[in-house]
Amino acid sequence: MSGYVEGILVILLLNVVFAYAVYWPLAAGQLNLGVAGFVGVGAYLSAYLSNEYGISPYLACIGGGLVTFVFALIIAVPVLRTKGIYLALATFALGQVLQSLFLNLEVVGGAAGYPVIAYIGLTGIAVIAVAVFLVTAFLERTRFGLNMVAVHDDEAVSDLFGVNVRRYQALAFAIGAGFAGIGGGLYGHHFSYIEPQNYSILFSISVVLFVLLGGTQTVLGPLLGAVFFTLLPEVLRGSEEWRYAIFAVFIIVTMILRPQGLVTTFELRAVRRLFGGGGGGGGSGLGRRAHG
Amino acid sequence: MLEQQLVNGLMLGGIYVLVAVAFTLTIGILNFLNFSIPGVFMLSGIFTWVLLKAGVYWPLAILGAIFVGAAASLLVERCTYSWMRSSDHYVPLVSSMGFLILFENLVLVQWGSDLQRVVLPFSDLNLRFASLVISIPQLLSLVLAICLVVGLRILLQRTQMGRALRAVAENATTAEILGVVVSRLVPTVFIIGGLFAALGGMLFALNYQQVHPFMGEEVALKGISAMVIGGMGNVWGSVLGGLLIGVIEVLSIHFFNADFVDFSVYGLLLVILFLKPTGLLGASGIVREKF
Repeated sequence: MSGYVEGILVILLLNVVFAYAVYWPLAAGQLNLGVAGFVGVGAYLSAYLSNEYGISPYLACIGGGLVTFVFALIIAVPVLRTKGIYLALATFALGQVLQSLFLNLEVVGGAAGYPVIAYIGLTGIAVIAVAVFLVTAFLERTRFGLNMVAVHDDEAVSDLFGVNVRRYQALAFAIGAGFAGIGGGLYGHHFSYIEPQNYSILFSISVVLFVLLGGTQTVLGPLLGAVFFTLLPEVLRGSEEWRYAIFAVFIIVTMILRPQGLVTTFELRAVRRLFGGGGGGGGSGLGRRAHG
Repeated sequence: MLEQQLVNGLMLGGIYVLVAVAFTLTIGILNFLNFSIPGVFMLSGIFTWVLLKAGVYWPLAILGAIFVGAAASLLVERCTYSWMRSSDHYVPLVSSMGFLILFENLVLVQWGSDLQRVVLPFSDLNLRFASLVISIPQLLSLVLAICLVVGLRILLQRTQMGRALRAVAENATTAEILGVVVSRLVPTVFIIGGLFAALGGMLFALNYQQVHPFMGEEVALKGISAMVIGGMGNVWGSVLGGLLIGVIEVLSIHFFNADFVDFSVYGLLLVILFLKPTGLLGASGIVREKF
């Protein structure tokens, strides 16, 4: 495999992990604009663990993800008191505060950045990215996933039917943050260097953009969004300087023509019918989420 | 010199006020966080530089720059709001982010990403009170910001159009039934918001004498914070929030260092959102009800 292809694959897989970090809260109706902050928490924690204590980088990444998960679960208590646009703004503020915290933490280099000694290659990243996808797809099919969809579609009715709305909202927020933390750890260990500038609001915005481009009705949407976002600029490489402008036009046109994203329940059902699955797949996790 | 820093903070705050008002208008009336505002701000700043460099007489140059900003804002309206009503609340937000990326990269393709120096057509004048130095353009922009906000209040409270706008803010469907032509009012909101953002960008270019394709982002993020801290949809809240953030920013640099600015500004935003999401002066009724 050429270095070029490998480099793109790594970025693609990392984008998949980040996509599910944004997808989880979105699936419960929360727009998280602070995902970069959680990515940073995971990146710095895992880098610190593997640098200072010589822990295996894989364990450090998972550990970083777990701590990020717990951190998000705690921070979810005040954050989830807000709703809608206020929630999006609270996560935005949280992301900014976390970024400036990294900037002022001299233990991990502050503005100068923090080198990471241990290395994780393509294979390691691939295994974890696939795991993140499979965990998401599995959880979607369980009762847990069903409750999540219910909370997204109508909080009041789910509450009436005995779903603990707050718990599912907090879990969706924290699972997303945990994935973000793992992704951050992988990023740091692959590129051997992390700095606060990596974790800006623009990072959060672009992940949110490609997840919504892919669509949040199904578990495949974010995957497609990540593939699209990573590969489109490469395809457009001939027109180097125009690629982000073209990407932007693509987003605007998609939101006009297909505000629900590229993949929806409708396409998945059509594909299943084509392969003889028929309507019998109603219990399947994929394609179950109602629109909205 | 603490007094001098306070003055500088208020002057900086004037720019934030203009951007915050632009945000608060679309969110208060149309219930939509318009992320293309930093793009409009930047376009106006860049065009101020471009036109002045081309040797255009300066009053025409600043008018031209503001016109470009307002036109860009109208373009955003044509491509987002018409499709937003039936969809999730974040869809127009996403397409307005698309416009931000589009504007920034078009400017990048045309003029590159370098920081460009704006050469002023007039010599910089400073007022001196005892030991305080106040730059006249900065003072003018603060005064202008406050005057425009007063004007906007009068427009909203006293005129027929203002009544229609407030009706739309209350409930767009009911307003339409009662004879308000919503489809004609919405572009007006975008143009007014675009004018405020464009004015902010033009004044920023003149006051700080530098422009680049991404100049809108940081200012707009502070503008959004100013809006929330003051109270979303509340025009006077944006004034208070904008000035407050300007002062906090300058004081953070004075007492700590430049790396500390984001921590104090966004920390305050986070605390306000947790404790009093409606902001210091209270959000407008529409925003409070819908979220």
